[in-house]
This record gives sequence, structure tokens and C-alpha cells, in this order.
Amino acid sequence: MSKDVLTIGGKVFTNRLFTGTGKFADNRLIAGMLASSGSQMITVALRRVDLSAGGDNILEYIPKSVTLLPNTSGARTAAEAVRIARIAREAGCGNFIKIEVITDTKYLMPDNYETLHATETLAKEGFVVLPYVLPDLPLAKRLENAGAAAVMPLGAPIGSNRGLETASLIALLVENCQVPVVVDAGIGRPSQAAAAMEMGADAVLVNTAIATAQDPVSMGRAFGMAVEAGRMAYLARLAEMSALARASSPLTGFLNE
Amino acid sequence: MQITINGKIEQMDACTIDQLVRRQGLKPEALVVEHNRRIVQQAHWQEIQLREGDSLELLRFVGGG
Repeated sequence: MSKDVLTIGGKVFTNRLFTGTGKFADNRLIAGMLASSGSQMITVALRRVDLSAGGDNILEYIPKSVTLLPNTSGARTAAEAVRIARIAREAGCGNFIKIEVITDTKYLMPDNYETLHATETLAKEGFVVLPYVLPDLPLAKRLENAGAAAVMPLGAPIGSNRGLETASLIALLVENCQVPVVVDAGIGRPSQAAAAMEMGADAVLVNTAIATAQDPVSMGRAFGMAVEAGRMAYLARLAEMSALARASSPLTGFLNE
Repeated sequence: MQITINGKIEQMDACTIDQLVRRQGLKPEALVVEHNRRIVQQAHWQEIQLREGDSLELLRFVGGG
């Protein structure tokens, strides 16, 4: 069997767990989490400097071998997302961008309409665009046509740890998309990450569930193993389900016959 | 002179971007500077003299998902 790799934007990933840098109690845990999980892509956000506080440089905690995926969080329109993406690229963080446009502050649902427009613009400018969206097949096909490098449907609301609530809609994307499908947001447990991979997702992106675990380094490892197991199960083709019981042992040759 | 930094109007003496960054005690390696909506690479901070009414965004990467 040839080596199972994921290629996005011309980069080859041998690990299918993408991680995030948000919500760590101590940013020094990030490097340990990356090492334990094997994650090769990690998100960062761009914000105004607090002039009174100065602050930490998050990039110090991320090894150069890990691909940075800046997000456009804070953007409420396509234009704002495009502006943030351009700044991130100019800042030397590469040309990968996670488009995240949120207009709804209650549920934090991504705005698919604005996200499509931002994708159209940024793909033309040579960005490797990974749009974070509600799982909607026609939209995913539009994103593909617009030049998205992947589509990232949510499993459940951001930070909710509720798992694959949108599983049946994600399945449509997995079945019909040419670009990789990365399940982003809502995955709370390694078993849920494994389930996403068993369904045929190409990768998962996990932040909150790892960063806010009591031991983020061990949880990173658990997620890394779950993603690997789920992927292996998908490639091995899962056995069929059955409504009725089917004996696993032969039904003949019993000792008491 | 008056310039807008991160959306707030600030009073300050004339200076370059480089001088402003030092004066504020910011770590240059972590900083992204947008001057009047154009990104200025660190190598050019010394060349840009701030003028009355200019707008600056001083940004950095932070944790995010």
C-alpha cells in the first residue's frame, strides 16, 4: 500500500489532526501538544496589540516544521476576512488561510455567503483557502469551483464539545467533494474525531477539546491516536451493519450434538 | 500631532514607525504594522515618518482556533 498522505496547497501532511492555539492555560503547552499529537498544521489568530500590556508572541511556541493556518476570526464580512488574510500573509505566516466569517454572536455560526465571497477573492490571489462553513453540499461545490483548497464543515458549534451533530450533512460532503473535507469545530472527544475519520473525513481540526483538557499534552496524543485509528478503519473498509444478530462462531459441531 | 493607533486617537511627537514601536516597548519580531491600510515590513519602519491624521494598526498573532 502506498503511504497515506494528505496534500493541501502543495504541502504533504502525514498527520490528519489539525490543532489550534486558542485557550491554552499556558502557551508553553503548545509545543508539547504538537509533539505528542504529531499535528502538522495549527491555527493562529490576528489581533490588535494591547499597548498597555505588550504580550506574548504565540509563534515562539510553534516549531517551524508545523504549517501555520492563520484564521480570519473577528471578520464579519468577506471584505474584513480578505483584509485579515492579506495582513497574515504579509506578516510572513505563509499563504494558508482559514476563512472564518461570523455574523451571529449567539451561536457563532459561520456565514456561508460571506465566506464564499472571501474564498473567491483570496483563491484568485494565490492563497491556500480553507473555509470554515456550515455543511451545505451546494455551497461546498461552489467553494470548490471558487478554488478552495479544502472545505471545513463544523461538527457542532465552536467550543461546544458536542461532537458530530451534523454527521449526515458532512457525509454528503465527504461523498461528493473533490477537495479534502476537514471537520472543524465541536469535536469534544477522541472517539468523535475517530468517528469523523471513519466516515471518510480527510482530517479534523481540534482546539478547545485539547487546550482545555486538564492535561492538554496527553489529550493531544489521545486525539492523534484516535485520528490515526479512524483513518485506518476507513481505509480498511468497515464491515457491514446488520439489524439482526449474526453468530461469529460456527453453528455446527457443538460438543452436545 | 494626532494619529489613530488601533482605532484610538493618540497625541504624540513626530516620529517614525520604528521610533514609535520602541517608545511603546513592543517586541518588533512579533509585530505586524499596517500604516494607512498598507502593511509595512519591518525593514521599512525607519523610513516611514508618521504624519498628522495617519492611521496605524499594530497587530500580532495570538492563540485562536
